[in-house]
Amino acid sequence: MSPADLAPISALLIVALWAIALLIVDLFVHRKGATALIAAAGLLFALSVLILRPGSPQTVFGGMIVADTYARFLQGVFLLTGLAAIAVAHDYLSRMGIERGEYYPLLLFTISGMMLMSLAGDLIVVFVALELLSLPLYVLAGFARPRPESEESAMKYFLLGAFASGFLVYGIALVFGATGTTNLAGVAAELSGGAGLLRVGAILVLVGLGFKVAAVPFHMWTPDVYQGAPSAVVAFMSVGAKAGGFAALLRVFIAALPDLAAAWAPLTIALAALTMAWGNIAAIVQGNIKRMLAYSSIAHAGYIFMALPAASLPAVAPGAVSAALFYLFAYLFSNLGAWAVVVAVERMEGGGLQIDDYAGLSRRRPGLALAMALFMLSLTGLPPTVGFVAKFFIFRAALDAGQLGLAVVGVVTSVISAYYYLRVVVVMYMRSGEPETRSEGWLNATIGVTALATFVFGILPGPILTLAENSAILGVLR
Amino acid sequence: MTVPVEYVIALSGVLFVLGVLGVLVRRNAIVMFMSVELMLNAANLAFIAFARARLALSGQVFVFFVIAVAAAEVAVGLALLVSIFRSRHSIDVDQVSSLKG
Repeated sequence: MSPADLAPISALLIVALWAIALLIVDLFVHRKGATALIAAAGLLFALSVLILRPGSPQTVFGGMIVADTYARFLQGVFLLTGLAAIAVAHDYLSRMGIERGEYYPLLLFTISGMMLMSLAGDLIVVFVALELLSLPLYVLAGFARPRPESEESAMKYFLLGAFASGFLVYGIALVFGATGTTNLAGVAAELSGGAGLLRVGAILVLVGLGFKVAAVPFHMWTPDVYQGAPSAVVAFMSVGAKAGGFAALLRVFIAALPDLAAAWAPLTIALAALTMAWGNIAAIVQGNIKRMLAYSSIAHAGYIFMALPAASLPAVAPGAVSAALFYLFAYLFSNLGAWAVVVAVERMEGGGLQIDDYAGLSRRRPGLALAMALFMLSLTGLPPTVGFVAKFFIFRAALDAGQLGLAVVGVVTSVISAYYYLRVVVVMYMRSGEPETRSEGWLNATIGVTALATFVFGILPGPILTLAENSAILGVLR
Repeated sequence: MTVPVEYVIALSGVLFVLGVLGVLVRRNAIVMFMSVELMLNAANLAFIAFARARLALSGQVFVFFVIAVAAAEVAVGLALLVSIFRSRHSIDVDQVSSLKG
């Protein structure tokens, strides 16, 4: 390692060091709003470093870190998610009586884990990043203790998350046994020996990461965790943890195991189809908005998963990866916005969480209802929102790869999803009611910005699409 | 006399399956967590065996990472479970199940 190695990961270093410093600074800060501001300043600093000092794609730390455009794009997504999460959380925490200073350092730690995940060039780094991402999230899920739902959510998340890490580690052990290396590029070069061992290892890695992104049949924890955890935390982890999981999935399977594609492509097709179908069907019967959005997030994991089998064909791979990157970007705005609205409507003691509680929202808060309607349209995938563009490109990637069946499943399940997304819109606009909502500057700003982005990038997706296309070359590895 | 690597891998496979079964079958959160640790240590055993068979040190390095991360996991996990035990006087996962839908 040389000092020059540090430059490509400067954004990650800023976030990690800022989190450590914030732990100490927080002891001397009595108004937790100040902690939130300092944390946001750190993320903004990292984001500006990321944008203003691009640097050329390179491999550092002896192949452990691959700082390419793919990693840069995803790091930007994580930092934006973190900023929005802080803006949503501050008022929510004080309103729910769980305002503790550790919240923001924990948030920064998990963001640094996600950033490390996107930079990983070695399975060791994938594992460490996954744990750095997960451990603070377990604590955040239980942040509203001693509220029983929050504790239960943290316990379920923790037990199943640790279970998933077990699969991942054993999978990595078998991949190491088959190839003699844990370096992604090294694995790709060593595919000859012990194909059976490698195959089992790859499947176990797929299971471990499938848990993280909540793919069916490894999704069981998602509804319970999302329902029980504080809404502001879920707003963050539904986007961040998923993007982190996909950052690793795409990198590991496309960069390290391309020659094994014949083995994992059919599996990922099945996973994607199952995830889309079950997520959307189970969401229909949910009366609780948090559970409904949890199943919705499972369904969207299925859509992003479609990129993986498509990327098994080298010719389609860049298009598929850029479609997945754009989807994550689109999902960031539409989903975080929807959760921010949930935060605005939620009341103490778990009130305001049923879909029926949204009745009459269009009269009392027309702006909020309009924003929610926009997010629902975007999650359904209807124009003129960014969700439509995202789905279009991911379906096109599947068609380019000749996976007509998968694309059909995607379209049909999108139609099914319209039922439960538009039900929220119907309840907001057609039924009368007196919802109590929270109106606070930062929360409103988050909802406004995410709604604006959902709309604007739906009409003018060009710049981000170009950025995603430039980021889809998995750097030095391929 | 050296033990063939296949034997060690077979043992680690058995330990891993035992760990998986433990998580799936047992209802006490602490025992489930212990089973997860068993899965991680099965992976450690496999790493060591492969590292010796292939004379590649990175496998042994990985074990240190797994041990360190497992320790961090224990710290977080036991704190969560103690906190739940305080409020519910039980860590049976079937009793801690108010979230359904």
